[in-house]
Amino acid sequence: MAGVSIRQVNKLYDGAVHAVKDVSLEIHDKEFVVLVGPSGCGKTTTLRMVAGLESITSGEVLIGDTVVNELPPMDRDIAMVFQNYALYPHMSVFDNMAFGLKMRKFARAEIQARVKQAADILGIHELLHRKPRQLSGGQRQRVALGRAIVRHPQVFLFDEPLSNLDAKLRVQMRVELKKLHERLGTTAIYVTHDQVEAMTLGDRVVVMKDGLVQQVGEPLELYNAPANRFVAGFLGSPAMNFVEVRLAERGGALWAEGDGLRIQPLPEQAGRLARLNGGRATLGVRPEDLRIANGSDPEGLCFEADIEVIEKLGAQILLDTRAGSHTIVASVEPTVRARVHDRLRLAINPDRLHFFDAANEAAI
Amino acid sequence: MATQDASLVASPARRAVRRVRQLEDERKLAFLLLAPTGILLGLFIAYPFVTGIWLALTDTRVGVPGDFVGLKNFVKIWNDSIFRIAVWNTVWYTFVTTVFKLALGLWLAVLLNRHFRGKAFVRAFVLLPFIIPTVLSTFAWKWMFDPTFSVLNWLLWKLGIIDARINWLGDPDLALWSVMVVNIWRGVPFYAITLLAGLQTISPELHEAAAIDGARPWQRFWYVTWPLLLPVTMVVTLFSVIQTFADFQLVYVLTGGGPANATQLFATYAYQLGIGTGLLSEGAAISLAMFPILFLVVILQLLYIRRVETR
Repeated sequence: MAGVSIRQVNKLYDGAVHAVKDVSLEIHDKEFVVLVGPSGCGKTTTLRMVAGLESITSGEVLIGDTVVNELPPMDRDIAMVFQNYALYPHMSVFDNMAFGLKMRKFARAEIQARVKQAADILGIHELLHRKPRQLSGGQRQRVALGRAIVRHPQVFLFDEPLSNLDAKLRVQMRVELKKLHERLGTTAIYVTHDQVEAMTLGDRVVVMKDGLVQQVGEPLELYNAPANRFVAGFLGSPAMNFVEVRLAERGGALWAEGDGLRIQPLPEQAGRLARLNGGRATLGVRPEDLRIANGSDPEGLCFEADIEVIEKLGAQILLDTRAGSHTIVASVEPTVRARVHDRLRLAINPDRLHFFDAANEAAI
Repeated sequence: MATQDASLVASPARRAVRRVRQLEDERKLAFLLLAPTGILLGLFIAYPFVTGIWLALTDTRVGVPGDFVGLKNFVKIWNDSIFRIAVWNTVWYTFVTTVFKLALGLWLAVLLNRHFRGKAFVRAFVLLPFIIPTVLSTFAWKWMFDPTFSVLNWLLWKLGIIDARINWLGDPDLALWSVMVVNIWRGVPFYAITLLAGLQTISPELHEAAAIDGARPWQRFWYVTWPLLLPVTMVVTLFSVIQTFADFQLVYVLTGGGPANATQLFATYAYQLGIGTGLLSEGAAISLAMFPILFLVVILQLLYIRRVETR
């Protein structure tokens, strides 16, 4: 097995569309790295360049210690799972899984053994003689996984493998993928637009936008300390609330004043914000970091809001509230009794305030 | 009671409603919708076909209504040496041109399936031989094959390959091959475009998966493209074999079946006897002789297509 190094890789289509911009990533041996971002962010193109399905305009891709820029896909010792499964429709499940081994001239007995082993791992033993069209979506996805694991490749590449499955099956397959990775330990690069998949599967997550890497880190690192407004808004559901504020010093303390709320950052944060005194910034707070205020909450972390919609999800209740011109979503305990049009006093958990530069959107 | 009385009175609006109701009966509607097609098929296919069979069983000539003679015409053509030449020519002509049209058409389709600049233009361009009326393009070929004015001879002579004129259509050894070249030229676009459409239904991801699985380009074609394209290939070949077997225009314009029947095909010989010499019944018998052969080809290919599709 091996790690993957992506060094300053760029992709230009027809010299005009700059799909991937100076992407650099070090993926360690046995690591599960997820590339996540909205469509058109360059994540799939990056993956396809690692696979060898897309030429690399500039930069280098290494698998292990080998520069693979000029190697055809078959010589890169990788396996890929496609979004639409890409099973050969005219071949049985067995032949689909055996195809890569046959092409590599493995002995018949070895092919049999490996396909059987993979089928056992994936629980598709009784499907081996069937054709892909006789399988359900989940079964097809398992066969596609089986085709990848029989080869014992250095790296697995996953291109949105779960996005064609229904919601329930997706959750189930997500868990199975995680178990499979723990069992095989093969280095994996996984592309998805689903932030939940990214957070649950990735040892590390790479957030991309417009061909640029926005942030790389462990899931909770990205969640708790997003590098910029995009990462903050992309990860987490429901998404982080953003309020445009003006920073002003009043009575010796720095306040962030927006339409409908006035917030006083903690001293440490205020120190970092001081250089923007008198300027603009974006305040961010996650719905779960808001709660119904009680008497002991400091004035500087509370604001008034009117409930517009109540979404009762069971484990929590989402309150869509309005403070001034802003819609702010708060996720509160299911025991909270509230009605539409009620006026509430909400408090922010003190160390859970995020500020972003109004100009470059970087976290402050 | 009042409503019952009203229902007994058949107002025009009510009758219209009842007519529409009748159409809700699926069997009646199906019959109605099928009727135009049925009438057309009956008028233009079934009637001529049955008339053809009847003609072949009589001794009708132009202007002479004939009497029933049984299978006499078939016995006669069976013993006709020119008919035997025509049968052999037709089979050979169909076989050679189909092999070349399929091979070249497939090659062209695979090329056109790639991404390149001006793809749409080239794809349209390839269709040209197919959309020009056959008679016109064949006349152009006739000029190119002309022994005196032949551009082919001129080219070969300028290149120093030949030192005497080649009589492309006049030489009995060359004539059939020359006609085949024109048929292939005209037939390749049909194969290319149809196979291209078939190729486009094959997901590019399958090729990518195969590339990652370690299949070389040739193996990707053999293990992925070819098996998935096979049903389309069979249908195209089926149509093409039928058309080629009954080919008439090309030969009629280029050689008229000559020299010395070297390019005589089923259709040209049937025309020559039936219309040319007025022996309608014998012409009909020759045309009908094609039928069992084509019928067999169609049955075999349809069975094969069904097997491929249900596999």
